[in-house]
Amino acid sequence: MIRKLFKFHGGVHPEPHKSESATAAIRPAPMPSELVVPLRQSTRAAARCIVEVGQHVLKGQRIGEAEGKLGTAVHAPTSGEVIAIGDHPMAHPSGLTAPAVHIRPDGLDQWIDLTPFDYDANDRISMLANLRDAGIVGMGGAAFPSHIKLGTGIGIETLVINGAECEPWITCDDRLMRERGNAVIDGAAILAEVIGARRVLIGIEDNKPEAVESMRKAVAEARPALPMDVIAVPSLYPAGGEKQLIRVLTGIEIPHGKLGGEFGVQCFNTGTAHAVHRAVRFGEPLVSRIVTLTGNADTPGNYEVLVGTPIQHLLPLMGPRPDTDRFLLGGPMMGFALTDLSVPIVKGSNCIIAASPTLFPPPPAELPCIRCGECARACPAELQPFELYWFSRSRNFGKAQEYHLFDCIECGCCSYVCPSHIPLVDYYRFAKSEIWARERESAAADQARDRFEFRNYRQEREKTEKAAKLAAKAAETKAKLAETEGVDNKVQVADGSEDPKKALIAAALARAKQQKAAIKPANTDNLPPEAEAEIAEIEARRQKALGGSEPKPLGVLTTDNNGGEDKQS
Amino acid sequence: MIHSPYVRKPASVRAVMGQVLLALLPGVAIYAWIVGAGILVNLAIATVVALAAEAFVLRLRKRPLAPALGDLSAVVTAWLVVLCFPLIVPWWVTTIGVLVAIVAVKHLYGGLGQNPFNPAMVAYCCIIIAYPSLMAQWPPAGELDFQTQLNLIMGGAREIDAVTGATALDAMRTGLRVGEANVAVILEQNAFGAIGGRGYEWIPLGYIIGGLFLLARGIITWHMPVAFISALAAISGALWLVNPDQFASPLFHLATGGAMLAAFFIITDPVSGATTPLGKIIFAAGIGILAYLIRSFGAFPEGIAFAVLLMNMCVPLIDLKTQPAVFGQKRSRVP
Repeated sequence: MIRKLFKFHGGVHPEPHKSESATAAIRPAPMPSELVVPLRQSTRAAARCIVEVGQHVLKGQRIGEAEGKLGTAVHAPTSGEVIAIGDHPMAHPSGLTAPAVHIRPDGLDQWIDLTPFDYDANDRISMLANLRDAGIVGMGGAAFPSHIKLGTGIGIETLVINGAECEPWITCDDRLMRERGNAVIDGAAILAEVIGARRVLIGIEDNKPEAVESMRKAVAEARPALPMDVIAVPSLYPAGGEKQLIRVLTGIEIPHGKLGGEFGVQCFNTGTAHAVHRAVRFGEPLVSRIVTLTGNADTPGNYEVLVGTPIQHLLPLMGPRPDTDRFLLGGPMMGFALTDLSVPIVKGSNCIIAASPTLFPPPPAELPCIRCGECARACPAELQPFELYWFSRSRNFGKAQEYHLFDCIECGCCSYVCPSHIPLVDYYRFAKSEIWARERESAAADQARDRFEFRNYRQEREKTEKAAKLAAKAAETKAKLAETEGVDNKVQVADGSEDPKKALIAAALARAKQQKAAIKPANTDNLPPEAEAEIAEIEARRQKALGGSEPKPLGVLTTDNNGGEDKQS
Repeated sequence: MIHSPYVRKPASVRAVMGQVLLALLPGVAIYAWIVGAGILVNLAIATVVALAAEAFVLRLRKRPLAPALGDLSAVVTAWLVVLCFPLIVPWWVTTIGVLVAIVAVKHLYGGLGQNPFNPAMVAYCCIIIAYPSLMAQWPPAGELDFQTQLNLIMGGAREIDAVTGATALDAMRTGLRVGEANVAVILEQNAFGAIGGRGYEWIPLGYIIGGLFLLARGIITWHMPVAFISALAAISGALWLVNPDQFASPLFHLATGGAMLAAFFIITDPVSGATTPLGKIIFAAGIGILAYLIRSFGAFPEGIAFAVLLMNMCVPLIDLKTQPAVFGQKRSRVP
């Protein structure tokens, strides 16, 4: 069947380098002596730890409970003992640390009791909860919780399974599709059912004919209830970008900031489909993934690796050559160089590349931009990268945002083609992080101002309250005095010199009383009627004005019913 | 720290400029063969001056010499300056032209990539205003021997009215201004060949070959040449259809002056030109129309240089107003 495919703008053809590892069948990686299982499996949410140091856990036992909207559960990747819980460096360009559970394997690799999930006997909500509790996240790299994506609503027409794997060197999805095509197809069928899709499109770059063949065979064997097409798409980086693949297969363009669900299409990685299959059919939570070990190595290969395996444990498997100077996590277009090799494999880690100066030479010196527009012709987001470069470089961030900085997917095509060897993506990363930092700063400043203004308001209010309290007390005392006034009046006058303190207090109270009482000017006696009327009018205005001059909360807080009290706590 | 991507296409500014120089060669070869080999002397002078000026300014600006000298952009500028000048301009005119282009237009504005105006075109405009008579001395193709050309270039006595004539554009303009002749009569003059200036009319062929090479290599895009040629052909064609006696044919306009050099090599300068696809079309069409208006109604026989500078001024506005829609913002979301 010939299907009309669509094109996305731009794209580049980096050397694929797939053959190094594409022929190596998936093998289990040996068990490390210690697993470091991060409780934060994506940048979005961390799980709440539910095990203690010293506790014995079984493979697949939940060690972290899903918390928050974007949370997913985390499981012990093997049976063993929890030996520590604490922060550990993560695979992140900044060398970020995150809480992790350290497990010493007991070597038995003993599963918990597994129960398959029966979708027919359950509803959609419990299916989503089941996937969340099985720790299913997107395995293409972003590690976005799958149950959130699946929960965006039913009636999505098209399910796209992303087997494009467009980054050079990476072959984990290729091998998965070749070796476990049936499982991927079954996972796709489950996903399609959950979102109510009417068709499934499986996109695979045409440089993986064996994977295409294997998946077609799997579809034929599965005889799915709904049409499933395995489509070879032209190899053009970044065809495996979610939005790019959706565009190629369906023609639909999903704008920045929108989700596929709004356009009737939802996309999942092949690895995710496989994980869903394991979770639903066998009750297995997600505790391992396929990782490609390749690059400047003697024995590149693809390994089934337990989540939490420290990367340094895997390196001997590929036999890095002596001139290897660093290791990249992910592909060469979007991955990053690891600064710490003790970081664990997480659910989104797809590839480790041994890098050498020969394989990945340092970029030539950066020259000035000549506005040749090569970057704009390569940009799959259809941006004007050189304009963004000028704006980012000159810290004109407002303009950069006007020119759609945040539509940039950081695929690296612009840097790849630039004849002046400008690290364009680095400029955008810089601009984005500056903008985020400024937004955080401005949010913090807003909060500080709110607090300050509330403090002023509170002090004002307390002063008024104190004055009112004092006045009330004074009135009380005065009433008491008035009771005894008749008796004491003469005494007071007579004894004035004897008890000046008392007299002073009495005089002050009297003054306060006078002030408290409605002030009546003394020179208003015996006035003509016109003047009386005028005075009455003025008095009325004054009362009105007084009524409006009550202490008021300040502008910022008037809309805030909680007042600032909560903000202070 | 170096971040992704860790791989790069083997592309460089040097490779881009090198291919532009390569693409100029067919035109230069035809020029040297049919019109006079003296052009090669001026090209050599200009190359040396350009590199020396570049090195001098880089030294002043305390910038590393090697990358900027090696990127060949100064050589491209120098060659374009020379190819706009008459073959036999004295060496010092070439030198001044190149100095204007490299020092004033390029480096005073910040160096490569920063100049808002096309360096070769500013040089041309400055020299035609400063030395109008020297710039009007175009030797008839093939009529001066190389020794004479060399003498003139090296500053020899210029009793040249005998040996030089006006360009085809100049002859046409003068003829029409005088008002005594119509186009057909003027074309009888010795300055004219089959479609343009005698002999000179073959040079554009070389530029077209070079231009197609640049298009094939992806160094330039189709937008500017197509828009420029279409606009020039359209406006000249319209007036020619109205009054063929008073307005020369589109073919004449395309084959004369620097039209083809401009179409593929000058207006396509990425630094000073518009960058968006639509912007490129507006920019190039604007040059075509303005160039024709200056040729036909202005004070100079050739108007491309002024047209280019006028459109250079419009580039920021054109780019601002023609920003293309980004992914997901233009095509209908359902096919």
